[in-house]
Amino acid sequence: MLAEPHRRVKRRPFELVSEKLIEALICVCGFSAIIFVFSIFFFVLREGAPFLSRLQMGEFLFSTEWFPTSQTQPKFGVGALVVGTLSVTILAMIIAVPFGLGAAVFVSEFCAGKAKETLKVVIELLAAIPSVVWGFIGLTVMSPIVINTFHVPIGINMFNGAILLALMSVPIMVSIGEDALKAVPDSYREAALALGATKWQLVYRVLLPAAKNGLLAAVLLGVGRAIGETMAVLMATGHSVRIPKTIFDPVRTLTATIAAELGETSKGSDHYQVLFLIGVLLFTITFVVNLSADLVIKGIRKK
Amino acid sequence: MTVASNPSPRTQFAETRLVRKKHRSELIAKCFFGVMAAAMVIPLILIVVHVVKQGMPSLSWEFLTTNPRLGGIRGGIWSAIVGTLYIVTISLCVSAPIGVLSAVYLNEYAKENWFTRIVHLAVVNLAGVPSIVHGLFGLGAFVYAAGMGKSILSASLTLSIMTLPVIIASTKEALASVPVSFREACWNVGATRWQTIRRIVLPNSISGILTGVILQVSRTAGETAPVMLTGVATFKAVEGTGLFLYNPFTDQSMALSMHLYYIATQANNAPPSLPYAIATVLLSVVLLVNASAIGLRAYLRSRKKW
Repeated sequence: MLAEPHRRVKRRPFELVSEKLIEALICVCGFSAIIFVFSIFFFVLREGAPFLSRLQMGEFLFSTEWFPTSQTQPKFGVGALVVGTLSVTILAMIIAVPFGLGAAVFVSEFCAGKAKETLKVVIELLAAIPSVVWGFIGLTVMSPIVINTFHVPIGINMFNGAILLALMSVPIMVSIGEDALKAVPDSYREAALALGATKWQLVYRVLLPAAKNGLLAAVLLGVGRAIGETMAVLMATGHSVRIPKTIFDPVRTLTATIAAELGETSKGSDHYQVLFLIGVLLFTITFVVNLSADLVIKGIRKK
Repeated sequence: MTVASNPSPRTQFAETRLVRKKHRSELIAKCFFGVMAAAMVIPLILIVVHVVKQGMPSLSWEFLTTNPRLGGIRGGIWSAIVGTLYIVTISLCVSAPIGVLSAVYLNEYAKENWFTRIVHLAVVNLAGVPSIVHGLFGLGAFVYAAGMGKSILSASLTLSIMTLPVIIASTKEALASVPVSFREACWNVGATRWQTIRRIVLPNSISGILTGVILQVSRTAGETAPVMLTGVATFKAVEGTGLFLYNPFTDQSMALSMHLYYIATQANNAPPSLPYAIATVLLSVVLLVNASAIGLRAYLRSRKKW
């Protein structure tokens, strides 16, 4: 068997040269992803860098005072924004994880043939809905529902945003989770059924433990998506920069702050630079989340 | 899964109390997980139906083909459609070749080593970078550092980098599904690696690549956050209703996604059905494009020869 092209075939010089050229081009394109990830980090940091020298890390990360446009004493503490992002994400995950993994189990274990294909197509379409449409739905459909169901004064709040984020991050959880369940050997299922286990027991005692790494990766990717989501939370979580007391308080996230305020700043101002630093912060958070998801997946493959 | 299609134990055992209890628990399990899945699927259908129903009254041929007036709250959405078309086309022209060649590298050239691992990690992370950070990058790199200004070109380039992972992932999958024996046969008649890729591997996976390209179109068309920082205006008055409304190198444009955001949140006195109509158009574009990708994929699987 031949693992690569013949080396000893006589080739025309033109062939050799063009082959080398095209290989160089392919290599450059292959490395492009690395180049792009680094240049994203570089260019975002570059715009925000001048402010770094005047920035007190502790105050930036933990202070909840965000008054970027104050004339006398602007304050740039992203504490409340970080809490906003975390609280919306956590609430979204509390809703999305059971449903997402449940749906993954249903698609993988309880469905077959046509029904399975249809369900997968619908979930793929769910993933395709643009985030601005989700935000619009939060604004117009969810908001009155939240007000009427829970009797709260404002419908555009953390709960509303969390539901949208849950609906948005479920498709990725289902597709990755289903892959993880598919990777569990059928012999496990057969052994469990042969011992008289019900489907219920099969899922809880055999499949979930066997696929737990893949499911964890699915959840992490969902978390990454929820943290980075911009338009839906911009439109549906409200705009108050403070630590939320209940889940029906409006909050502001890191992403929404950049989207809402960048248009009003002038290039090079402190406010502008701080918004880019928030971008660096977001980049770092999602980088860590995605990296750990990938390491978890890699761990499974090794086994 | 094979287990799901096996004959259920019901046919093989007498109906004792224990067996009945077991069946009941199976049914409960199925319903439980079924409800979980339904809770994801039913909202989608309800939402789409609701949005389309509210938007229908304003939808007409005239709405689609006339330009917006009065800051976007009157008239149609033609210039927004054209803007989206420009952005999608340009970003496709940039990212499709890079993405396909990048996938060729990963699938045909890369060896199993740490460097390939890093490339793979970079692709995964590129897919995970928040869209607004892509917007910041586009603003810093294309608008300011490269001096392109806020223009269709800046917005398209930003989106092309953002959607690169979509096309890399699906192309890689398509390339991997071409059997190794095809390549070996070609090498054995003396073809070089690139000749093999061009004559054998790419033609045999072209449809899978096409699916990736289509998915990328839908992603690009719906994206809002990056383009609003890099080159899409909330409103821009243009003359005429042809296809050549903008100069992609210098002009800002309107876009469907941004138009929806603007009308839904910031425009005063817009007729209440207007945002629904825009959302309907945007949704139908994205869902139709996706459905065609899914259909293409299903068709290809059905006629696969190997």
